[in-house]
Amino acid sequence: MFSRAYKAAVTIPPLAWVTLFLLAPYLLMFCYSFWAVASGNVVHQWNLGNYHDLLAKDVYRDTLLRSLWIATRVTIFALLLGYPLAYFLSFYAGARKDLLYQLVIIPLWVSYLVRAYAWKTILGTDGVLNTLLQFFHITRHPVDSLLYSPFAVVLTLTHIYTPFVVLPIYAAMEHVPRNLVEASQDLGASPTQTFWRVIFPLSAPGMVAGATFAFVLSLGDFLAPQLLGGPSGIMISNIVVSLFGAAYNWPLGAAISFCILLLVVSLLALAERLEKKWSYS
Amino acid sequence: MELLVSAGAGAVQKSRWLAMHAAAVYAFLYLPIVTLIVYSFNGAGVGGFPPRDLTLHWYRILLQDDAIWVSVQNSLIVAVAAVGIALGFGIPAALALDRADFPGKAVFRRLVLLPLILPGIITGLSILMLVNVARVKLSLATIILGHGTALISVATTEVFAGLQKLDRAQEEASLDLGASYWQTFWRVTLPNLKLPMIGAALLIFTLSMDEIAVSFFLIGRDNTLPLEIWGRLRRGITPEINAISTVLFVFSLLAIVGWYRLRAGSEVRREVAAQLVETV
Repeated sequence: MFSRAYKAAVTIPPLAWVTLFLLAPYLLMFCYSFWAVASGNVVHQWNLGNYHDLLAKDVYRDTLLRSLWIATRVTIFALLLGYPLAYFLSFYAGARKDLLYQLVIIPLWVSYLVRAYAWKTILGTDGVLNTLLQFFHITRHPVDSLLYSPFAVVLTLTHIYTPFVVLPIYAAMEHVPRNLVEASQDLGASPTQTFWRVIFPLSAPGMVAGATFAFVLSLGDFLAPQLLGGPSGIMISNIVVSLFGAAYNWPLGAAISFCILLLVVSLLALAERLEKKWSYS
Repeated sequence: MELLVSAGAGAVQKSRWLAMHAAAVYAFLYLPIVTLIVYSFNGAGVGGFPPRDLTLHWYRILLQDDAIWVSVQNSLIVAVAAVGIALGFGIPAALALDRADFPGKAVFRRLVLLPLILPGIITGLSILMLVNVARVKLSLATIILGHGTALISVATTEVFAGLQKLDRAQEEASLDLGASYWQTFWRVTLPNLKLPMIGAALLIFTLSMDEIAVSFFLIGRDNTLPLEIWGRLRRGITPEINAISTVLFVFSLLAIVGWYRLRAGSEVRREVAAQLVETV
C-alpha cells in the first residue's frame, strides 16, 4: 500500500537522529571506558585499567552492593504497597474505581525532586515528623537517624516508584477475563484459591514490568541519595557524578556507567522473557 | 463484577482489609504533597508542628524572585522545543515501525524506548560525552537535545498505539481517489492521530518540565526550574520552594483536567457519530 519513497521518508529521519544522538553516545560511553586520564586530560590510550580498578577497589564493589540492596528493598516495599492496592482497585473498588485510579496517578505530576525535598522537610531533625512526635510527647528529643540514612532513601524512592508498580499490575488485572474468575468460583474454589490459582498468575506479567521499572530506576538514582542519604546512603551513581565532576575521571565514570547499562539491559531482557512466559493468551 | 457478591463473610472481611491497606497507601502517597502545600503557607519555615503564622509571605517573595521566573522561562523554552523534536521524529518513527520493514528494526524499536527505562544519568552522561567530543558548548540547546531525544520514546509509543486503532480503509480510500502520499498524510493520517499526538505532547511537556537527571549533566549557564530548585536545596531551604511547587502542582492538575475533558469530549463525539451511522 505504501511506496518505497513513503517508507524511506518516515524511516530515515528518525533512524538517523536516533543513531546519531542515542546510539553513538552509548557507544562513545563504551569507548571512553577504555581510555585513561593523564595529567588532568582524557587520553585515548586503550586499556582495561578502569575495569581493573572497579574489580580491585572495595569502595566500588561495596557501593554497588549497597545500591543493589537499596533497589531491592524499594522494589519489595513498592510491590507490598502496590500489589494489594491494584487488586483492590480492579476487583473491589466498584463505582469509585476511576477516581481512585486517578488518585494513584496524580502524585506523578508533582516533580520528583519536589517530592524528595518534601520528605526531607518531614524527616529532618527540626522536621515535621520530629516536631510532631515531640508535640504529642511521644519522644522527648528529636530522632536524628531519620534523615541522612539509607532508610530515608528507601522511603523516598518507594514513595516515588509505588505508582509505577501499581499501574502495570492494575492493567494486567483489568485484563483478567472475569468469566475465568466466575468459572473458578462456580467450580467451588474458595476466594483464596481463586486468587492464587487464577488472578495471581495472570497478574504476574504486570508485576514483572512494575518491579523491573522500580528496581532499575532506583538503582541508578543519584538525586535522592545526595539529598537524603548522607554518607551512609551514597549510591553507585553518586560516585559516577563525582567522577564526572570534582574527581575528574571521565573514563572511570564511563566504565561504571557502562556496567550499569549492561546490568539494566540484561535485566530488561530477563523481564521481557518472564513476561512472555507468564502472559495469558 | 465484584468478588464479594458470591462469597460470604470471609470475603467481606478481606475486602475491608484491602480497603484499609489502600487507604494507608494513599496516605503514604499524599503525605508529602499535603505537607508541601500546607507548609507553603507556614510563616515559621519548612518544618515544625503544628504549622503556625499562616501567611502568603512566601508567595509574595516568589513573585519577586527573578531567578526563579527566568528558570521557569528557560524550562518552558526547553519543554516546547523538546515537544517539537520528540513529535517531529517520534511520529515518523511510529509510522516506520507500523508500516515499513528495514534492517535493524527490532534494535531500533528497543533503542528508541531505552531512555524511558534507563536511569537518566546514563543518557545524560553519554550525550554529554558526544557534545564534548564534538566540542559544542553546553547551553539550553544541549538540554533541548537531551530531552527531545530521550522523549522520542513517548511520542513513538503513543502514536504507535494510535496507529493500531486507525482504520486503514480511510488511507486506502484517499490513495485510491488519487490523493498523493503527502496529501493523505496531512489530510487523513495526521487528523486521525490528533488525540494521541496531544496526549504525547502533554506528557512530553510535563516530563521535560520536571526532568533533572539528564539536564544535570547538559546544563550550561542557564538553569531550568528543577536545577534552580536543586541549587537552592543545597544552600538551605525556605517555604518559597514549597510555594513554587504548589503553583506548579495546581497547573499540572489543571492540565490533567483539561486533557480528560478534551478526551471525554472526543469520545462523546465518536459515540454520537456511531449512533448516527446506525440510525442512517
